[in-house]
Amino acid sequence: MRIKNKAFAGSLESSDCLVLVSPLSEEQSGLNIRVDSVVKKLFGEKIEKTVREVAKSLQVDEGNIKIQDRGALECTIRARVEAALKRAL
Amino acid sequence: MHNKSKSGGSAEKGIMRLRRSMLYIPGNSPRMIQNSPVFGADSLLFDLEDSVVPQEKDAARILVRNALLNIDFGNIEKTVRVNGINTPYFKDDLEAIVKALPDAVRLPKTETADDVLLLDKELEELERKHDIQVETIKIHAMIETALGVENAFRIAHSCQRINAITIGGQDLTQDMGVVKTEEGWELLYARQRIVMAAKAAQIDAFDTVYTDIGNTEGLRKETAFIKNLGFTGKACIHPSQIPVIHEVFEPEDEEVEKALRIVKAMHDAALKHRGVVKVDGKMIDRPILMRAERILKIKGINIDEL
Repeated sequence: MRIKNKAFAGSLESSDCLVLVSPLSEEQSGLNIRVDSVVKKLFGEKIEKTVREVAKSLQVDEGNIKIQDRGALECTIRARVEAALKRAL
Repeated sequence: MHNKSKSGGSAEKGIMRLRRSMLYIPGNSPRMIQNSPVFGADSLLFDLEDSVVPQEKDAARILVRNALLNIDFGNIEKTVRVNGINTPYFKDDLEAIVKALPDAVRLPKTETADDVLLLDKELEELERKHDIQVETIKIHAMIETALGVENAFRIAHSCQRINAITIGGQDLTQDMGVVKTEEGWELLYARQRIVMAAKAAQIDAFDTVYTDIGNTEGLRKETAFIKNLGFTGKACIHPSQIPVIHEVFEPEDEEVEKALRIVKAMHDAALKHRGVVKVDGKMIDRPILMRAERILKIKGINIDEL
């Protein structure tokens, strides 16, 4: 399933994250995940993996997901990605 | 209307779980949710209703569901206030929340026994769907309209799941067209009616929040007042209110000593197969024993170790 609309969920408050999702442009393909985090060095890969898992669980395989993390717990990141994707489908 | 058996009543549930303070946590605030286990509240109340704006209802229910599934809340009671039965969010809230197994769902603006039965039915369907034993999730009915107050007894007796009713002072005073005052005379009838309905159904009664966060003395006074009316606990909106509420519900030393004597005497009597016990010259019956056990529970004294 592909991301059809632009949508976002979450916030830039501490312990939260802002997730922006958008459809692919013509030259893009697959699932593009961009992580911006205060703890990117330590957890960047882990966050990306988490985002990918949530997308997979919702059968989303095409689109852009950008996440701006403010030190959110994994369960918060999962919740925000799920909310953003459900808003965009 | 179901009839509650005497033995399955609430006073026993009250002993199992101490609920003096229940802290509201806005359902769309990860920071508050993540910090909530450390505040010392007996009960946490994740709110999907008034503290969440309409356009964030979907995100809040997912966030609360994930928190319940992943964060360790220890022995703290976890409840979720869903949106009311007449809102478009009600069913989606339940659908998201049930599988995360909160201890109870708090139903706002409960006005009739049928309101509770509707929630009861929805919960049962979802529990069956997710292979959860039916009636695992309890109901706390919030009474916050004039109609709800007048139906308090029926609401308290509406189904087996109810183990507490609670008064919502803000909405109720609004429904009555009056202003909530510091003295609270305008809420007196409603408070007493709700306490009596809860006692008659042998379930707990929780009081409304005290909104003047900085006024510790006002909170202390109001908590002492509602404790004397018969409420078993009080909702709060700020962590700083928790120790004040607990302090008021803290039993006096003499009460604790007497409770110890009562529980020990009953235990000895049971060993000797004697049914009737006297402590300090007075006969001890079941309600007195339960009260004594409750006091020891508040003090963190384990009855089994006595």
